[in-house]
Amino acid sequence: MPAPAAVRMTGIRKSFDGVTVLDDVEFEVEAAEVHALAGGNGAGKSTLMKILQGVYQRDAGRVELFGDPVTATTIQAARAAGIGMVFQEFSLIPTLTVAQNIFLDDEPTRSGLIDDAAMRARSAEILARIGVAIDPGTEVGDLSTAQWQLTEIAKALRQDARVLIMDEPTASLAKHEVDSLFELIARLKAQGIAVIYISHRMDEVYRIADRITILRNGRNLLTARLDQVTPQEIVAGIAGKELAAAGARGPRVEIADAPPLLEVQDVRAPGVEGATFDVRAGEVVGIAGLMGAGRTELARALFGVTRITGGGLRMHGSPVSLDSPADAIASGIALIPEDRRLQGLVLDHSVRENLTLPVLTGMRRWGLLVADRIRSVSDELIERFHIAVARPDAPARLLSGGNQQKIVIAKWLGTDPEVLVMDEPTAGVDVGTKSEIVRIVRELARTGKGIVVISSEYPELIAMCDRFLIMRAGRIVDSIDADSIQTEVDLELAVQGLAA
Amino acid sequence: MSAGAPTAVAPARDGAVHGLLSRLDWRRDIIYVGFVVVFLVFAVLLGDQGFLSTTNLLNILRQSAIVTIMAVGMTFVIGCAEIDLSVGSIAGLTSITTAMAIASFGLVPGVVAGLAVGALVGAINGSLVAFVRIPSFLVTLAMLGIAAGVAQWVTDSAPQPILNTTFNTIFGSGSIGPIPGLVLWSAFAVAIGAVVLRKARFGRQVLATGANRTAAEYSGINARAIKFRVMMLSAMAASLAGMLYAGRLHSGRFQWGAGDELNAIAAVILGGTALAGGRGSVVGTLFGALLMGLINNGLILAGLDSSQQQVIRGVIIVLAVALARNK
Repeated sequence: MPAPAAVRMTGIRKSFDGVTVLDDVEFEVEAAEVHALAGGNGAGKSTLMKILQGVYQRDAGRVELFGDPVTATTIQAARAAGIGMVFQEFSLIPTLTVAQNIFLDDEPTRSGLIDDAAMRARSAEILARIGVAIDPGTEVGDLSTAQWQLTEIAKALRQDARVLIMDEPTASLAKHEVDSLFELIARLKAQGIAVIYISHRMDEVYRIADRITILRNGRNLLTARLDQVTPQEIVAGIAGKELAAAGARGPRVEIADAPPLLEVQDVRAPGVEGATFDVRAGEVVGIAGLMGAGRTELARALFGVTRITGGGLRMHGSPVSLDSPADAIASGIALIPEDRRLQGLVLDHSVRENLTLPVLTGMRRWGLLVADRIRSVSDELIERFHIAVARPDAPARLLSGGNQQKIVIAKWLGTDPEVLVMDEPTAGVDVGTKSEIVRIVRELARTGKGIVVISSEYPELIAMCDRFLIMRAGRIVDSIDADSIQTEVDLELAVQGLAA
Repeated sequence: MSAGAPTAVAPARDGAVHGLLSRLDWRRDIIYVGFVVVFLVFAVLLGDQGFLSTTNLLNILRQSAIVTIMAVGMTFVIGCAEIDLSVGSIAGLTSITTAMAIASFGLVPGVVAGLAVGALVGAINGSLVAFVRIPSFLVTLAMLGIAAGVAQWVTDSAPQPILNTTFNTIFGSGSIGPIPGLVLWSAFAVAIGAVVLRKARFGRQVLATGANRTAAEYSGINARAIKFRVMMLSAMAASLAGMLYAGRLHSGRFQWGAGDELNAIAAVILGGTALAGGRGSVVGTLFGALLMGLINNGLILAGLDSSQQQVIRGVIIVLAVALARNK
């Protein structure tokens, strides 16, 4: 009789508020197997994994671990059954040491008191077993991202995990750190541990995984051994061919002979290893890359949030130096940040106050703010961007995500920037707002702005951009004209570094 | 910070002094450095005025004792990223409750009634913070007023004398040999608090919850229960402090403890506990309280009046905390 599978999920169904997220999904992982799980946004990967971890309850279906049916659905029960999760960032306490984290809430005690010596010794043992050289006495806050992750793995193993879920584990690792992580995964596999490896990076999937399961729109699309599928097939499977939603490309502005508005020359900054490109008036440049490629870091550097450590910027041909966002605004650069709730809006302030925050200087008379001027400026922006707001004096918190995003865009356009950097402008907004944002971006380009868009949502990116820059490991490695990118598959292949 | 200043990460091992310096965590240990420096300055400048006499040194310990006890409870609260502004009022309310209960029912019921005040107020604070999820700043700000108001109301602002000498002797007026009872109480509280925070699972859970509540919950910790228990612990420590006021001053009075919450918080922060939670030391808190006692004492010996003392104390607190931040 063959050994039972480490994980067997069959007929899994799950819906939230009537929306079906998982529809009759099968998923199986053998012991001592590395199994890649892939799928686009909303494919259902993370919901499936949360069911396995006991965070969500399944509506229907069966879960077996090593042949035993799982009925309890709590995080604690899943962990006791041997499910370990390497979280992206939130399961370690930065102010405690590595050993204290590995044994958190399960500390070895002697006569009621924590036995620190035993805890350190056993932590050292676990770390040695997985071949990791970290001093168990180090505070986690002082560790590098890679060591942080290895500590998470050690913590999961201390809890006797036999199935380890890793979600984009290499997203923030340097190349040599990726190599040692993969060596570790190989060792874990040799010890009989099943690893579920969630990643969008095809090169890594081919290096480390035995099989791959692809989900699309909450259903199984494919499960195969990796020596029996090509990367092109996988990419096509993940991306699908759904360009229609974002709408066709808008009309192009004639930009061939215009001088560059913004020139970026070999810029280096934290997370950016060298970026060279330029943006012309009327041009929309898209930056595509995998998670951790340095896209957001580049945007932050261009807006003066992080210090540029090398290379230089020119606006209209003259060099500018950016030491703060205020410098960037003064030079005519605006950033629409990735996390609009955190960085883009003061949620408890009114729509009007948010809209006029970057331009308060122009709202004053004798040093005092003039209510009339605030009202007329904000009314104009509300109308121009079709912001659906019943009461402009109500807090921004009450608006939908799409309308909040429009406020963030409108508020920066109030400063009349020449270059607009947008980080994930369509993330988390509804389909209608997405095409509205695409329309606004094209409209802005037509009025002569230079626009840099960072997005993981390829349909929108393709609909908006005149040119694509491909970013990998902190560098811009390629620049592709929009004419060569017709579908999401083309773009994904370019991002993965696979020729079509 | 100048070059060569001590940091925790310097790997150098040559020379014992250098080794010691490299192990010094500036943020955590500034309080001990500050304590030694202030002590030496006073010893040199005020040696003639009797600063170094045993009586004076014991006096400093005795005068810091009650705030130290409140500050031990406060270390857990702040380490858990909460705050408790009601400790001074709880002490006042406890003092009058104990005094009235002793007068009517005797010694043991008096002590029980005092502790019950702490338990009741702690349970209210804890429930509102942990389960109703009102910020502890607001809950305890309200409780500060409520507890003080109740104490003043039921006594009609009158002091409640305590004639039971056994109570007074045990709680604050007695001594064992040369060592005042108050000092023993506070040593006891510090010892228990230090062991629990450093060596018991509860302490680890408190700091984990304070540093990153989500991570703590994902590690299986019941963060709400932990928040409830720290508010409870702080109120109980405050009620012990209230009984010590009562025993030492032979009376219960609504003013006892008024304003102590600020001294307790200052002691905790001076002691290296992070105001944002996640990091805390009870021994550090003890030295924080002692440093403030030391400063008060030294400034009195130096002949400054109380208004001048307040100014200098404020400057020293800001200075110490600013230095500790410069990691």
